[in-house]
Amino acid sequence: MTGALLFGLAGAALVGCGVYGLLTAPGALGRVLGFNILGGGVFLMFGVVARRGAGAGFGADPVPQALVITGIVVAFCATALAVALLVRLCAVQAEAARGGDGDKET
Amino acid sequence: MSALLVLAITAPLLGLVPLLLLGPRTGERAALGMLAVNVAITAGIAERVAQGGRALGYVVGGFAPPLGVGLRADGFSAAMMLMAALVLLFTGLFAMTGPGDMTRKVKARGSAGMPATFFILLLSLACALNLAFLAQDLFTLYVALELLTFAAVPLVCLEGKAGQLSAALTYLLFALFGSVLYLLGVVLIYGLYGTLDIAHLAGLMAQGTGGATAGAALALMSAGLMAKAALFPLHLWLPPAHSGAPPAASAVLSAVVIKAPLFLLVRLWSDLAPLPLTQVAGPVFALCGAAAIVFCGVVALAQERLKLLIAYSTAAQIGYLCLMFPLAASDDGPWSALAWTGGTLHLVSHALSKAAMFLAAGLIAETMGHDRLSGLGGVGRVAPVSVAAFGLGGLSLMGLPPSGGFVAKVMLLTSALQQGAWWIATVVLVGGLLAGGYVLRVVVIALQHPDSDAASGRGLPDARECRWRALIALALAFGAMLVGFMPLAPLPFLDIGRPVTWEGLLP
Repeated sequence: MTGALLFGLAGAALVGCGVYGLLTAPGALGRVLGFNILGGGVFLMFGVVARRGAGAGFGADPVPQALVITGIVVAFCATALAVALLVRLCAVQAEAARGGDGDKET
Repeated sequence: MSALLVLAITAPLLGLVPLLLLGPRTGERAALGMLAVNVAITAGIAERVAQGGRALGYVVGGFAPPLGVGLRADGFSAAMMLMAALVLLFTGLFAMTGPGDMTRKVKARGSAGMPATFFILLLSLACALNLAFLAQDLFTLYVALELLTFAAVPLVCLEGKAGQLSAALTYLLFALFGSVLYLLGVVLIYGLYGTLDIAHLAGLMAQGTGGATAGAALALMSAGLMAKAALFPLHLWLPPAHSGAPPAASAVLSAVVIKAPLFLLVRLWSDLAPLPLTQVAGPVFALCGAAAIVFCGVVALAQERLKLLIAYSTAAQIGYLCLMFPLAASDDGPWSALAWTGGTLHLVSHALSKAAMFLAAGLIAETMGHDRLSGLGGVGRVAPVSVAAFGLGGLSLMGLPPSGGFVAKVMLLTSALQQGAWWIATVVLVGGLLAGGYVLRVVVIALQHPDSDAASGRGLPDARECRWRALIALALAFGAMLVGFMPLAPLPFLDIGRPVTWEGLLP
């Protein structure tokens, strides 16, 4: 088994886990984590493609490596945005719940 | 080499500088000015494409495309860019004005103009849209799609209410799922062909060496784009997100943001994929589109809130473009060209009319203080111009002449009948009837005598619509009607620069 095949299978497994998590996780946080696992799998595939494409005696094909860095940055920003939305949503909901209790008490 | 293409992407970003440095009031004017400049740039690009009769190209940094990144504007992308720039400018004007109603007892929301953040997002949208329409590299397109998502998601939750935040979160998760699927497809394509440039890929794919992997990659990319465009099975995020946002934000989201993934879907299957593959995939898209038109149309009929009704109508109208795929991919030259023109005109006229309808609905809700259909009886008396804009926009959705929707649907219908695709023709007609149902339902309620509104037990409020902003909505609706004066023939402008090639454009 070559390294590329091994990493390719690992990437496929990660993609599978990620899709399963994204579709079945009950909460938004679980879905964000699923997205990250899925993203990890896709980025690993980029690495595999870089390795496989290096037939000409180079260590690796540099183009997918350049692309994957951009991809990781974008995925990181997306995660940050999702988590920020989630934190804000929890804060607003907690405030509403507290406000509702206060109304009942007075 | 045309520097206008680079300007189209960078100019909106330059507009951000005064917004961040000079404070909101001056900054907003500068932002609006920059949106006007954006219209001028895109009009310039369209004019040059039409004059020269061929595509414009720009190679970033002088690195030729197999390795470098190229920008390219053909007739199709120039038309889409101009449409998007116009809608953004009008929405910006709408969001900017509106202090006229400050003294009246209307809901404070929206009447004091939108916050400066809105203009930052609007400019970012302009940049991302232009990049999505111009980029010729699958990975640059991924970056453009992500930029678009990151600018669109905050638009949904500008006011920070719980419902908006959860709608924005759902939207973001759908969009992220879509972009990862798209990226996976891009990896497979690169692994197969070793390039991501559309023109080079189209040549390589036409040789038919990709086999099942190429098909799988295209399917993954399409599924990702469908999630972002809210095409039928993946439309669940659209109604809460588009109906919950402030009116100006809903207008841009519904009119132009979902058009970019649709545009890429067309690019993918008409310019990138080889014809035999498109002929296999076309009916699948048409089925999704037909399901969207019928299902979302029926759901729109049952809505009780005006903005939700318009949002479901957006989900339904997206379907019309997808009906175009099998028609445009046939070997039947003139009729497939007619379907292609019809689909594109539908994109343009839907953008204008839907923006008009969302802005009008926002003004109606602002005047009445709510947007429940049962309580809107007689609103035509206090918001006549808004109701007129809504009705004229709806005319285009129904496909009545003279409107862009009419021309687009007649073209799709003719092409479908000439090619014997009777089921597509039926869906086009049923979709028009459903649209007629939900638009007329609103118009009838709005034109009722106010006294007949016994259920709510309230008369009409004292407030009047903001006339100036209602005129902006009306102008957009008239734009949608102007599209209806196109000749009923394939538009040569849309065929400029197809099939995609870099010939004659490289330095």
